[in-house]
Amino acid sequence: MTANGVAADRLLADFTARKPAALARAISIVENHRPGCDRLLAALHGRTGRARRIGITGPPGAGKSTLATQLVRAYRSQGLTVGVVAVDPTSTFTGGALLGDRIRMEQVALDPGVYIRSLATRGALGGLSATTREIADVMDAYGFDRVLIETVGVGQSELEVARTADSCVVVLVPESGDAIQTLKAGLMEIADIFVVNKADRPGADRLRSELKVMVQMRSSRVRRGHDESRAPRSGFAAHAHPSDAAGPPSLGDGSAWLPPVLTAAAADGTGVPELLSALDAHHEYLSASGVLVERRRARLRARVVDVVDLRVRSRLWQDPDTEAWLDTQLAALESGGTTPFDVADELLSRSARLLTGEADDLHR
Amino acid sequence: MTASRPIRVLVAKPGLDGHDRGAKVVAAALRDAGMEVVYTGLHQTPEMIATAAVQEDVDVVGLSILSGAHMTLFPRVLQLLREQGRDDVLITGGGIIPQDDMDALHLQGVGKLFGPGTSTSELVRYIQDWFAQRQRQEA
Repeated sequence: MTANGVAADRLLADFTARKPAALARAISIVENHRPGCDRLLAALHGRTGRARRIGITGPPGAGKSTLATQLVRAYRSQGLTVGVVAVDPTSTFTGGALLGDRIRMEQVALDPGVYIRSLATRGALGGLSATTREIADVMDAYGFDRVLIETVGVGQSELEVARTADSCVVVLVPESGDAIQTLKAGLMEIADIFVVNKADRPGADRLRSELKVMVQMRSSRVRRGHDESRAPRSGFAAHAHPSDAAGPPSLGDGSAWLPPVLTAAAADGTGVPELLSALDAHHEYLSASGVLVERRRARLRARVVDVVDLRVRSRLWQDPDTEAWLDTQLAALESGGTTPFDVADELLSRSARLLTGEADDLHR
Repeated sequence: MTASRPIRVLVAKPGLDGHDRGAKVVAAALRDAGMEVVYTGLHQTPEMIATAAVQEDVDVVGLSILSGAHMTLFPRVLQLLREQGRDDVLITGGGIIPQDDMDALHLQGVGKLFGPGTSTSELVRYIQDWFAQRQRQEA
């Protein structure tokens, strides 16, 4: 067995013994696609599926970290263990990142039943880092009862969290603008629960009632069966909100989930018990309706697609022969003797053996 | 063998003094040098710092200490990290620390410490050099 293999076995043993340093190292391996990453994830795969995954998203400064901390405290008081993934943006200019979510999580920092990991987006655009889903898997496999996933402060397109969490909490503040902004941002489609935070500020009541109207309008459209958000479903199957893939709730079914609009003042804990109940209710809905199974199935499916994409790319483009062959085609391409499409087809057909990865797998 | 990745650094401000300007300047400088900086804020206990360093799997811990308690705080953080099996973490930092104390701490396993007036680029280079050397050893 290689030195890498021995180290991997020791890591897995420490991980199974629930040593925090082993969890931390496992996450780093996944985050950096270090050698052994695929093997590690494969070994942990059978242990996943137990944790409830809760996404927390919203604009910058809405109080996501503070609310997450309150949730952690509430779950801890119920005796549940919690893993937290907190994502902050990577600077496009320097590649560096300032990860500051721990500042607001100080109250739970020393609790051995809590693990907090800060991640940088590293160029991913969905409000999470590219490996957040796998890192949530690792935390799930470690045995946390709840995994909280806090996104970067979202603008108008960072909706990746919907594909990652079972339940998605959208946190807004009166300063976020009116409900139209929420609609524009696509947050309407991904929210399972709305929280109007900093509810003691002026404008909170108005935002709350606007959101309620929006939720009602949307739900009646869904019931009538022509909600436009379902339209692009076939083209975006993997990207649509997993609950949308569950099939339209039928008229008068009573089982469709209507996202509640809660108010909170996370800094002093106001509204946190209500949020907990709403999360429990949503989980019950997910289980009873079969949506949970569907969401998790969709996640697994998307995962396979991602792995295939990655492997095809690395096997093709890390092969020197393929690169060399491509170079030999350039002259014909330049003179117009062949087209990029013909070259691509030929490249794929001559790479069949490469794509099955006969030589490649030993390293993984 | 290891693909290039950002260096992860925990910047913390242990103890009772409330002057975190320096720590923030350092955190910003390290970020601008392409590092991922976990910043934990003021009044951190050694236990909080070590726990955060383990959970975040950082390569480097940078402590800013202006209170004079460096002879207690640095060794304590070092010890706690060792207890968790993380004796590979570079502990560095800065503050008002006499040269004799710096030397004594270095003997205990603390990395280079920086006094007032150090340019941030000096610290950046120190961390980058240390990291490059460790990467070479691992490879």
